[in-house]
Amino acid sequence: MLLTCPYCGPRDVSEFTYQGDGNRQRPAPEAQDLQAWNEYVYDRHNPAGDHNEVWQHSGGCRSHIRVTRNTMTHSVSSAVPARGDVHHRATERRKPGAKA
Amino acid sequence: MSPRRNETGGQIDRLKTIRFTFDGVPYTGHAGDTLASALLASGVTLMGRSFKYHRPRGVLSAGVDEPNALVTVLRGTAREPNIPATAIEIYDGLRAESQNRFPSLNWDVGAVNQLASKVIGAGFYYKTFMGPVIGPLQGTRFWMFCEHFIRRAAGLGRAGTVADDARYERMNAFCDVLVVGSGPAGLMAAKSAADSGARVILAELDPRFGGSANWSGETIDGARIADWASEIVNALKGRKNVRLLPRTAVWGYYDGNTLAALERVSDHKETAARGEPRHRHWTIRSKSVVLATGALERPLVFPGNDRPGVMLAGAAQRYTNQFGVIPGEKITLFTNNDTAYQAAASLKKAGANVATIVDVRIDISDQARALAASAGAELIAGHAVCETDGGKALSGIRIQRLDRASGTLTGEPRSIQSDCLLVSGGWSPVLHLASQAGAKPEWDEKLQAFLPPKPTQNWSGAGAFTGRLATADAILEGHAAGIAAAGGNARLMEKPAVEPASVNPEPAPVFEIKAKGKSFVDFQHDVTADDVRLAHREGFISVEHLKRYTTLGMATDQGKSSNVPGLAIMAEALGKPIPEVGTTRFRPPYTAVSIGSLAAERYGDLKPERLTPMHDWHLAQGATMYSAGLWFRPMIYGHAGETVEQAYVREAKAVRETAGIVDVSTLGKIAVQGPDAAELLDRVYTNIFSTLPVGKARYGLMLREDGLAFDDGTTWRLGQDDFLMTTTTANAGKVMQHLEYFLDVIWPELKVTVTSVTDEWAGAAIGGPKAREILAACVEDTAVDNAALPFMGIVHGKIADVPVMICRLSFSGEMAFEVYCGAGHGTHVWQALIDAGKPFGLVPYGLEALGTLRIEKGHVTGAEIDGRTTARDLHLDWMLSKKKPFIGSAMMDREGLIAADRLQLVGIVALDNRPLNGGAHIVEELDEENPHGSIGHITACCYAPALGKYIALALVQGGKGRRGTRAYVSDPLRKRFGPVQIVSHHFFDPEGTRMHG
Repeated sequence: MLLTCPYCGPRDVSEFTYQGDGNRQRPAPEAQDLQAWNEYVYDRHNPAGDHNEVWQHSGGCRSHIRVTRNTMTHSVSSAVPARGDVHHRATERRKPGAKA
Repeated sequence: MSPRRNETGGQIDRLKTIRFTFDGVPYTGHAGDTLASALLASGVTLMGRSFKYHRPRGVLSAGVDEPNALVTVLRGTAREPNIPATAIEIYDGLRAESQNRFPSLNWDVGAVNQLASKVIGAGFYYKTFMGPVIGPLQGTRFWMFCEHFIRRAAGLGRAGTVADDARYERMNAFCDVLVVGSGPAGLMAAKSAADSGARVILAELDPRFGGSANWSGETIDGARIADWASEIVNALKGRKNVRLLPRTAVWGYYDGNTLAALERVSDHKETAARGEPRHRHWTIRSKSVVLATGALERPLVFPGNDRPGVMLAGAAQRYTNQFGVIPGEKITLFTNNDTAYQAAASLKKAGANVATIVDVRIDISDQARALAASAGAELIAGHAVCETDGGKALSGIRIQRLDRASGTLTGEPRSIQSDCLLVSGGWSPVLHLASQAGAKPEWDEKLQAFLPPKPTQNWSGAGAFTGRLATADAILEGHAAGIAAAGGNARLMEKPAVEPASVNPEPAPVFEIKAKGKSFVDFQHDVTADDVRLAHREGFISVEHLKRYTTLGMATDQGKSSNVPGLAIMAEALGKPIPEVGTTRFRPPYTAVSIGSLAAERYGDLKPERLTPMHDWHLAQGATMYSAGLWFRPMIYGHAGETVEQAYVREAKAVRETAGIVDVSTLGKIAVQGPDAAELLDRVYTNIFSTLPVGKARYGLMLREDGLAFDDGTTWRLGQDDFLMTTTTANAGKVMQHLEYFLDVIWPELKVTVTSVTDEWAGAAIGGPKAREILAACVEDTAVDNAALPFMGIVHGKIADVPVMICRLSFSGEMAFEVYCGAGHGTHVWQALIDAGKPFGLVPYGLEALGTLRIEKGHVTGAEIDGRTTARDLHLDWMLSKKKPFIGSAMMDREGLIAADRLQLVGIVALDNRPLNGGAHIVEELDEENPHGSIGHITACCYAPALGKYIALALVQGGKGRRGTRAYVSDPLRKRFGPVQIVSHHFFDPEGTRMHG
């Protein structure tokens, strides 16, 4: 399986670490609603089809990316930086081998 | 009378004689031989014993589909079991051994199992050993009683017990077109793809490229087809855009057109060349794939079809034409299709005596009749083999008239003398990779075989793989597939003239001849046709269940020869057509894969090691090293004649009495920097860091989101926005990832960067009553007295002209300091500290003494923060801030996490003054005979010199309330039982007066 890191390009899945279900919503830190915390910590979607996931390019640039992966075919339809504020950097990525 | 080697012909080098042994008996063969062909040439037909019934078995096939002739190869002290003799290239000094026999292959005690065969049919284990325990000899208890004997009697080769010292490698490769299989179709595909300019990899299972061209005996446009193939291979060899991989099994087809392959680099050599691995694992990413994996011939199922001397017709053709070995003196054939006639003619041409051809069909094509005539064989149509004669070698067959409509045999059996029976039950394309790639094979009524499905990934097929068994068609198809895969423009190719003309490969739909006797479907697992029917009678309808119940197709050959016959018999029993019964999905690997090749450099001498900057110093001082993850750390600095316990007791004592120094460079270190650094720390630690003054350190505890304890360590505030976090050695990576996750995904608004600086700093912890004096003697540019360097204070200074950072904190419970400097100066500063400490009696100490000191103090490590304990369990609830939320704060107070009977940290003192063991249970009442009633377990233990006792830390149910009570240690595995006292985990100096000094 290949994942396309927004910074490093298409790389083998062995360079990445799965960091969990991307649909989880972390309750506000002060929230006391144990049900919401339970859902966040334990409840997971397990769809047969497109799934939102968080992966880390741990063997590369170490950034986290949000990936939409089809669990039936492993095809990845989208991979964007988890930090929303760095979207623009992805488009300015240097070509491999280009001088800094 | 033994079979013999022809004087000419084939792909072997008769000038090179190779010597090897089989079961200790010396034999010779020639370069190019497989073990099977060399043994056949030497007249050996008995090569193995079967799995369950220990029946004598000979070689059935000539390739990786071999179910019978499995041997163990011995190399030095290593032994590798269950390799088909048909896939072993002989080399000088090869030592091979037959399997599953005692005392010898020829005379095997286990063959008595044949007498009991009525009892040990399909499902024997389930029926005998499952279910409730009734008497003393029933159910699982019976199994436990019998297991040892059964495991010895059944099964295949014995695995070796010594470590495998061979080397393995992994490689990644990228190409435009991967061609799997190098028969005429694969060769043409590789050539036409390469001609189109594509980067091509051509992988071939065998040592020789060419596939069937090596043994079909055909000519192409007048030239020998083997020469035609060699010419193409030689042309491809010189091309820059082509990589040829012989001896390479492409065994797995994964998503994204990623394929896995195993290259057997040096198995065929007496000794591997320097630096050469044994196997190389390839991960190949290819834009498109051409599958030209050919087809495998199926045996027919009839009584006695497993007797040595019974062989596939195509295999005999291969032994004759590729290896120059004619497999029998008087050969008979038994077939349901025309391809066997081709084999007969081909054998005759090479000098074989083909006496009889028995065909289940009544209408025989003119072409087949002509081939039978040219082979000089008597053709007996409408008949079937109903039994074979002979003991460990075939002496004859018996045939009867077959009524195909009813499947019954009629008339008196007629005996025919023969020492070799060649069978052909039709051909099954090798679909494994296509099936792995994701689609279901489709049944073809004409070929009576499953054909490749529509591609779900970017692959195409060519040749026998697609059901085109005629060589000329395969060449055309390979040519077109190669161009298409390369994205090139179609170029027309004239159909080559292949002689002799191809026959129609479509067989009659006959899979089994029903007669009295054992008819084997799966030779390797000893599954008979009756076993399949028994499974049906007992209610197994699904083909997947049939497979698991009878173990059909679950042996090391994965049912290459038995899959389709087994399905056909099941379909008949069910009264359904074969496609409705369906086939099981093929799973990787296609052929056996060495575990070593998958581990490759991650095991053995290529595994990375992490060494601290002071590593060489430790070795020079005689330290015994200890691996902690990838790190190596001193365990003890043992003196001559000292036991481990004596050494660590001496070292720990020195720390309490004078001073000791320990290498702490392995601690995880993370620079946490930025305007929101303090805010981040407040969120990830249970206690508050934003109030920590610059120049001070604080002990911190992290929880996981679920409220359980995660990691602990000290974090130093070096500047307003600059912190140095330390983690435990084992969790350095996990904590880093934890921080990165929260910064990237949960709190992207925080302005903080985290950087791993573990390898940038060398660290030494120096502790003991004399520690401060030693520091004062060598530190410059700063004072280290109580005013300048209070408990948890940080100063910057120099040691031996090198900048250092010193923090006063203590893990040992003594007055102690951690001295950090740049990693490159590690040994320099360490040596300066050692020199300064000499007059004070400074002693280097290792992990054992470090552990002892911390157990005496009741400090926790990963043994206690084990992913199941909470802060409260470890008596760290004083660190849980009530003023702010932090990771885990919402979940940590759940009912189950605050229950009174949770395992809590306690101290344990052995009352019998004997050593305790980690992992031993704590019980309330001692019962050595029937150990039960565990209330907890020991996490860490040592002899405590400060107390003069054997002590331990333990996690015990409701531990806090049990302080002062008596319990027992129960360790049945190591036979250690005895009374203990449960006490507070703070064994030594609970007030901390020594470290605060």
